[in-house]
Amino acid sequence: MARAGIAATPAGRPVLSLDLWWIPRGMVLGLIAFVIFGPLANLVLWTVAERWYFPHALPLDYGFSYWGRVFAARGNAMDSLANSLIVAGLTVVVALALAIPAGYALARLRLPFRAAILIAFLIPQAFPNLTVYVNVARLFYQLGLNGTIPGVVLVHVTHGLVYAVWIATAAFSAIDAELEEAARSIGAGALRAFLDVTLPLAAPGLLASAIFVFLESLDEFTGSYFVGAPDVNMLPLLLYTAGAGGNYQVASITALLLLIPSIGFMLVVERFLKSDVLSKVGR
Amino acid sequence: MNDDAFLEVSNLSVGYGATRVLDGLELTIRKGEFVALLGASGCGKTTLLRSIAGFVAPSEGMVAVAGRDVTRLPADRRGMALVFQSYALWPHMSVAKNIGYGLKLKRLSRAVIDRRVAEIEALLGLEGLGARKPAALSGGQRQRVALGRALAIDPQILLLDEPLSNLDARIRLKVRHEIGALQKRLGITAIIVTHDREEAMAMADRVVIMDAGRIAQQGTPEEVYNRPASAFVAAFMGAENALTLYGRIAGGTLWITAGPHDAGAALPLGGRKLQSGPMEARFRAEAAELVAIDAPAPVAGELEFSGHIETASYLGGAWRHSVRVGDESLFADAARSFEVGAPVRLRIPGDKLFLFNLPAPERGLPLPPHVAHEPTERLLQAT
Repeated sequence: MARAGIAATPAGRPVLSLDLWWIPRGMVLGLIAFVIFGPLANLVLWTVAERWYFPHALPLDYGFSYWGRVFAARGNAMDSLANSLIVAGLTVVVALALAIPAGYALARLRLPFRAAILIAFLIPQAFPNLTVYVNVARLFYQLGLNGTIPGVVLVHVTHGLVYAVWIATAAFSAIDAELEEAARSIGAGALRAFLDVTLPLAAPGLLASAIFVFLESLDEFTGSYFVGAPDVNMLPLLLYTAGAGGNYQVASITALLLLIPSIGFMLVVERFLKSDVLSKVGR
Repeated sequence: MNDDAFLEVSNLSVGYGATRVLDGLELTIRKGEFVALLGASGCGKTTLLRSIAGFVAPSEGMVAVAGRDVTRLPADRRGMALVFQSYALWPHMSVAKNIGYGLKLKRLSRAVIDRRVAEIEALLGLEGLGARKPAALSGGQRQRVALGRALAIDPQILLLDEPLSNLDARIRLKVRHEIGALQKRLGITAIIVTHDREEAMAMADRVVIMDAGRIAQQGTPEEVYNRPASAFVAAFMGAENALTLYGRIAGGTLWITAGPHDAGAALPLGGRKLQSGPMEARFRAEAAELVAIDAPAPVAGELEFSGHIETASYLGGAWRHSVRVGDESLFADAARSFEVGAPVRLRIPGDKLFLFNLPAPERGLPLPPHVAHEPTERLLQAT
C-alpha cells in the first residue's frame, strides 16, 4: 500500500494506519495526466503507425517507414525544417536587435506616449492575420520580397516584436537604475555600464523573449503561407499539407518536431525567468 | 573667490518642470573637508549631491572641481564616487568583483587589482568575504562593500547619499564613527547627505542645513547647534519649543514684555541682531529648568513661565515633561519627575533662548493674545 504507514500509539503499540485519501487524489492526478498526455500519446502512436483505421483502437501495424519518408533526402521535410530554423534564428536576431534598444529606452527614459508606443507593437496582432498578410504579400510581391527568406523573416519579426519589446521592457524595468549609476559614478562610460551591469542582469528576461520569438516564428502559419510559399516552405506548411491530405503520420512527425523547442522553452522559463520580471510585462 | 576651494558650486539651480528643487545655491568645500548636507526630505539635499555627482543636469549654475568646470561632464569623468542609499551593489558580481570594478575600468593589471581589493577589504573588515555575492551579506557588510567600491578608485571627492539609513540603529552608531575616522585617516574630501542631525554632527567638519532648495545655515556643528541663524535652523537642530514673545530693545538689553503666564524679563542682548517687535522664541527641552511653583524667584536673565504638567516620561538621564503654558505645550527636562497636573514654573536661561524677529503683524492681523493688551513692562532685576 502506498500510503500505509506505521505509527506508534501513546501505549507504544504499533498500529497499521491506512490513509484512504490517496484514492481521490490519484484519480484527479490521473485525469489531469490523461488530458495532457492523452493527445500526446495519440500523436506519438500516429508517428509509428503503418496502418490504423476505424474501428480499431490501436494501430494494426507499427513501423518507422514514415520517419524514413519524412527524413529522406528527396522528402521536403528536411528543407522545411532547415527553412524554419533559419527563419526562426534570423527572426530572433532581428527582433532582439530592435527590442533591446527599444526596451531599454521604454524602461529608462521618460518617453512621452510610452503606453501608446507599447500598444503600437500590438497592432499587427490586433487585426485578423489573413487581412494583414494578404496585403503584406501584395506589397512584398511588388518589392520582390515574396518567396524570399528575408521576406518571411520580416513578417515574423513584426509578429514577434510585441513579445520581444514587452518582455525586454519588463526585463530592463526590473533593474534598478542606480545599479547602472553606481558603475557610471566610478568611471564606466554609458555603454560600458550597460554591457557590464544592465545587460547581464537583463539576460534571463532577454533570453526568455528570444525563445518566445523563436517559438512564435516556428509556429507561424498564415504569414509564412502568403509570403513564403511556394518558394520558401516551412514546417507548419508541411504539417498543413500532410494533415489536409489525410497523411496523419507525416503530420504527427512534423508536430512532434515542433513540440521539442516548446518543451525546451518551458524548462528555460521555469529556470531563469524571475517573477519580478514577469510582473512588469506590459507596464 | 576662495583660493583653497576644492569643490565649488555656484549659483546652482535645478528644476523638474515648473518646480525648482535648487535655487541659486552657493557652496564651497576645501580639500580634505567632510561636509554634511542636512535637511528634511524634499529640501533638495539629495538633488544637490546628485548634481555634484553628475546625475542631475542643472538648469543654471556651475560645479567646479579644483578650478575646472565639470558642469557638463558626464558622471564617469568627474573623478568622484557616489555611495548610494540602496548601496546599489551588483548582484551578479562577487564582493571582490564589485570592489575591483572601478580598477578594472582603469585597465590595471590583475595583480594590482587583487592587491588593491585586498587592501580595501582589510581596511573595511571584509576579509574572507571576497568570493561572496552581495545577497549573502548582512546590511552592514553590504554598506561597507559599497563604501569600499567607491574608495577603491581613490576618488577626488567621496559622495555619500544617506549611507546609514538602511542600517539598524546600533550598527549605525558604530558605522558613523568608522566612516568619520576613515575620512580623517584617508584625508579624502567627502560630502554626506543625511536627515539625522546627530549623524551630521558626529561625522562632519561642517554642517550645511538646507531648506527648500537653499542653504539655511552652514558652520561647524557647534556653531549651528548653539547659534542657529533662523527659527527653521533652531527647530531643525532640536529647539522644538516655540513661543511668540514681544520684545523691545533698549541699550544692549532686550526687554521681554510680560504676558499672562510670564512676568517678562530683561535679557542681555548678547550680540543678537534683533529689532523691537514680535519675536519667535525657541529653546530645547534640555535647556529649560522645571521648578516647583513655590520656588524662589529666578535670577537675572532668566525667563520664567508658569504652567502645569501634562505628561512625564523617562528618557534615560532625565525626565521629559510636557508642560501646559496657556494654549501651548512645551517640553522641558528635569532630573526628577513632577506629578501630572502639578503647577510648575519653567525657566529658560537667556543665553539658551533663540530669538528671531517675526515679520511685523500686518493690519487686521491681531497680535498674539498676551501682547494685544496694554504692554506692561516690569523689570525683575536690572542688569
